[in-house]
Amino acid sequence: MTLTDLPTPTFGGGYDGQARPRMGFFTDTSICIGCKACEVACKEWNLVPEDGPLRISGNSYDNTLALGANTWRHVAFIEQAKPVQVPEVDLAAAAAAAAGAGTTAPQAREGLRWLMSSDVCKHCTSAACLEVCPTGALFRTEFGTVVVQQDICNGCGYCVPACPFGVIERREEDGRVFKCTLCYDRLKDGMEPACAHACPTKSIQFGPLEELRERADAKLEKLHEAGFDDARLYLRDEANGIGGAGAFFLLLDEPEVYGFPPDPVSTTRDLPRLWKAAAVAAGVVVTAVAAAVAGGRR
Amino acid sequence: MSGRRPGFAGNGQPDGDRRRRRGGRGLMVPEAEFRSYYGRPVIKEPAWTIEVPWYFFVGGMAGASAPLAVAARMAGNERLARSAVTVAAAGVAVGTPLLVSDLGRPERFHHMLRLFKPTSPMSMGSWVLAGLGPSAVNAAVSEWFGIFPRLGRIAEVVSGLLGPALATYTAVLVANTAVPVWHEAGRELPLVFAGSAMASAGAATTLLTPAADAGPARRLAVTGAVVELAAGQVMERRLGELAEPYHQGVAGRYARLAKGCTAAGAAAIGLAGRRRRPLAVAGAGLLLAGSALERLAVYKAGFQSARDPKYVVKPQRARLEAANR
Repeated sequence: MTLTDLPTPTFGGGYDGQARPRMGFFTDTSICIGCKACEVACKEWNLVPEDGPLRISGNSYDNTLALGANTWRHVAFIEQAKPVQVPEVDLAAAAAAAAGAGTTAPQAREGLRWLMSSDVCKHCTSAACLEVCPTGALFRTEFGTVVVQQDICNGCGYCVPACPFGVIERREEDGRVFKCTLCYDRLKDGMEPACAHACPTKSIQFGPLEELRERADAKLEKLHEAGFDDARLYLRDEANGIGGAGAFFLLLDEPEVYGFPPDPVSTTRDLPRLWKAAAVAAGVVVTAVAAAVAGGRR
Repeated sequence: MSGRRPGFAGNGQPDGDRRRRRGGRGLMVPEAEFRSYYGRPVIKEPAWTIEVPWYFFVGGMAGASAPLAVAARMAGNERLARSAVTVAAAGVAVGTPLLVSDLGRPERFHHMLRLFKPTSPMSMGSWVLAGLGPSAVNAAVSEWFGIFPRLGRIAEVVSGLLGPALATYTAVLVANTAVPVWHEAGRELPLVFAGSAMASAGAATTLLTPAADAGPARRLAVTGAVVELAAGQVMERRLGELAEPYHQGVAGRYARLAKGCTAAGAAAIGLAGRRRRPLAVAGAGLLLAGSALERLAVYKAGFQSARDPKYVVKPQRARLEAANR
């Protein structure tokens, strides 16, 4: 391996023909109802500890706030002052009914739209966490997912700032890093991950990545036909800075609205350039030392 | 964004709302707009603790001292060589425990040497330190106690060869993250760290060496200071808007102090260090402080840029828009 050619460990490369099709998540946020069953199922199955005392964030119904060592699924709630696209609802009648009940009617012109989305580790193709991990604790499974080996991790924390999505985190009372395993144990037994299993609307879909992509493309087309011009697939393609993701999303607004980076890049893509800059700097040290000594004793 | 209601600010609305709410005034003109999820961070702040920038400092000092020892020995300046091997050994002796204690599981520090992994600057750095640490300590012990002189010289050369790598790899370590102010400065950070390392190594060896033999140490200190300041300036200019953390909060304070100390220290050593010992000592002290503060500034700036989603979202948005144009 040369320094200018730093590939991600190849898919299935280390599995001697035992590699399985790459598995992943397609999270269709257009049918997410924000029930948080995925959060609960994930915690239950994976025995993830409590993430601190309960508190009300004030950010809509999101009191989980972010992915982290103790949160491997996170449901985001976004309230937007934007009319909801539900043509069959008679807003005027609804407003009259609400007025009769003594509540404030939503204004038809101003409308409130609620976006909900269940976030998870992306299991990137070019996974920065895996690439920067000095111990090899992070590895690529036979399903193409990215998992931490807890008996190897020494808690150096390098993966934490390397992740362009802010997914992986150190559990301070434990010292090691934790994140979604895509239910590696369940996959090995031919089961689907706990979150996908618990999702009542099939907003979280699990399956071979190729199949999920086809399904997502079809859904997107349907939504566009129905007039949802904002609908888009996020991280579906391989021509992005992380070489595609094992978990991708159908969103109804720009990624940053959901807390996603709009154009994530795996940091190691720039590593050859960084090593070159360091080599130049090291050369400056050698030259400066030589020049300083050559200048004489006094 | 017509029909925007302040009551729903922050929910994917342009960030101007968030700023206004924080400021408590409704009339402030928002900065260039970007959208975020309740102003929450997109990436995680590093899990590292304050040991890390101090390791960068002492490790850098050791890294630049090691080749100075070899060069001084070759030039016949035994007194300076002794100071330089001492500084190199002290640097790794202090730095290695700092690194280990920063681990979440310090008892597993040896897992660092399970792999040789070029995609992980931390792995490469571990190997450099694993080579340089023992050899620098060997060289110093041999120097001070006169035992195993030949082995000591070999160790000295080994540490001298690895030193420049130790002085610069830490810049790659931080630049190879998603932290905007670190990653985007990847071209300049190694030079900033190299300058900082040379300044501190020159300063420390100046302190330990009689003025008559310390000429190379003083020159290295001044050269390092100039490289550190110049590269830092270029870095901030190239970063543009992203350089903001270097002027705000704790990072801003450290950065200003670092520049002041480094400039004053270099002036004192460079102009009067040869004839006036007190000024040389004061200058060396200022340079050491400047070098340490520079590492602390870079470290803190990284945290500040990770905390605010604008540093992550805005450059990525700009990149997308440039690609679509």
